[in-house]
Amino acid sequence: MGAVSVLSGRGVTLQYKTPDHLVVATYRVDFDVHASDRFVVLGPSGCGKSTLLKAVGGYIAPTEGEIRLKGELVRRPGPDRIMVFQEFDQLLPWKSVRQNVTFALTESGRASGKAADDRAMHYIEKVKLTKFANSYPHTLSGGMKQRVAIARAMAMEPEILLMDEPFAALDALTRRRMQEELLQLWDDTRFTMMFVTHSIEEAVMLSSRILLLSPHPGRVRAEFNSNGKDEIEPLTGQKLSVAIHDLLFADQPETEGEGDDHD
Amino acid sequence: MTMTDTAAKRPAYIREVTDDGNYGTVEKPLTIWERAYRIEALRKAVLLVILAAAWQAYALSLNNSLLFPTFTETIEALWTNVTTLGLLGKVWMSISVLARGYLIGLFLAATLTVLAMNTRIGRDLLEILTSMFNPLPAIALLPLALLWFGLGNQSLIFVLVHSVLWPVALNTLAGFLAVSNTLRMVGRNYGLSSLRLVVKILIPAALPSILAGLKIGWAFAWRTLIAAELVFGASSGSGGLGWFVFERKNDLDIPGVFAGLLAVILIGLFVEYVIFRRLEQRTVVRWGMQH
Repeated sequence: MGAVSVLSGRGVTLQYKTPDHLVVATYRVDFDVHASDRFVVLGPSGCGKSTLLKAVGGYIAPTEGEIRLKGELVRRPGPDRIMVFQEFDQLLPWKSVRQNVTFALTESGRASGKAADDRAMHYIEKVKLTKFANSYPHTLSGGMKQRVAIARAMAMEPEILLMDEPFAALDALTRRRMQEELLQLWDDTRFTMMFVTHSIEEAVMLSSRILLLSPHPGRVRAEFNSNGKDEIEPLTGQKLSVAIHDLLFADQPETEGEGDDHD
Repeated sequence: MTMTDTAAKRPAYIREVTDDGNYGTVEKPLTIWERAYRIEALRKAVLLVILAAAWQAYALSLNNSLLFPTFTETIEALWTNVTTLGLLGKVWMSISVLARGYLIGLFLAATLTVLAMNTRIGRDLLEILTSMFNPLPAIALLPLALLWFGLGNQSLIFVLVHSVLWPVALNTLAGFLAVSNTLRMVGRNYGLSSLRLVVKILIPAALPSILAGLKIGWAFAWRTLIAAELVFGASSGSGGLGWFVFERKNDLDIPGVFAGLLAVILIGLFVEYVIFRRLEQRTVVRWGMQH
């Protein structure tokens, strides 16, 4: 492969405060995301995967270690790393689909005027929403809203797309379709993305590389290559999904889910 | 009996979905009454007519225009006061004072809230000030204002600012704090920083609360102004609508008093339904942020 590392994390320890506790979300996590990777961060609730993505986004500063994007230290949020969130309210409700995309382009200085509008329409067409370009977000379904958010993120043409469980709030059938569409979009433009999920199935299907985190606090447990077909993983001799499943459940024999880790 | 046995008894099948259009009634036009009932303006207009009729009937049965003039007498008095006694001028006087107080109040509220959104101490300050001054009736400050600013519009503007500033600031801050963290993060993702984040993300996102604050502020200001003119009317120079009501009462012209009050009500209805409602329709309703 010999691909270039776009994003790297070295010894990343992340902490956040709740009213009565200092919580260590991740502990000395290392990772490298290469160009055109579909890099999936997978782990159970409480492994700090969302917190890790927010740190890459520049919203949280590591207490230890560093995150670099193309060699530059990540210090604050910026348009070179665009987040797609799980929540449907990530679209600006006072702007139409088209205006949501152009707003992002003009406010970040990526494009302006006619160029911004053309680029917006190009990406809106890619997610098959041309007919709804002038609709306001509240008239769209959940799946359509997430497609707009993806179009808006792709239109920014960032170094890396950061996806924080973008399909988790969708119904199962819509989620499946969105996963397939995301892969088609990737085939089309080969963007680099970092995708957080707690679903083994989603991770296996979408990824080219999987970073598996253990919970409380999140530490690196394994990294696997994937081609989306859930084939035999050479290290363990099992199907990839089974290998991941066994690793996760070896760590925590009988624990209940503790809600999601959106903090 | 096992699962496979039962399954074998019921063969699976796949059907083509045909579209022969025989679904019966899918759409049916509404009757004229059903359609009329759905028009809000019409429903409310009918209610207003009924209220006016009730007024008229009660006043006629009472038959004492010194205590309670009829609706028609009041309208007549309103007409003569508008055409011959310069009621419109007094209305204009009140509204121009009100507008000045309202705008200064909004400006101060905006300054305080922006400060509160950007610094922790600013937010503490705003919270303390609103909890201290919001419950304080503006009218109670009028004697002090008269002492400080003398008789005239300045004193009125001072109490107006007080009546507008706190409710507007309180609502705006509550609206800003309710903006979802996701939207803030989206804004910061594009590199928007403090003031641009407030203008481009927080203000539109908090618009339902801000509009509610503007409405409450307007109502408080209007009440305060009329009350101030009524109580201290004799001292406020040329006088506005409240002063007009005060004068009519002194002359025992009760239809005139009613005409003045009706004018207050009509202006209230106009501002609510023509200005604020239209503003809401064009913004928060259109954006699906309010229904």
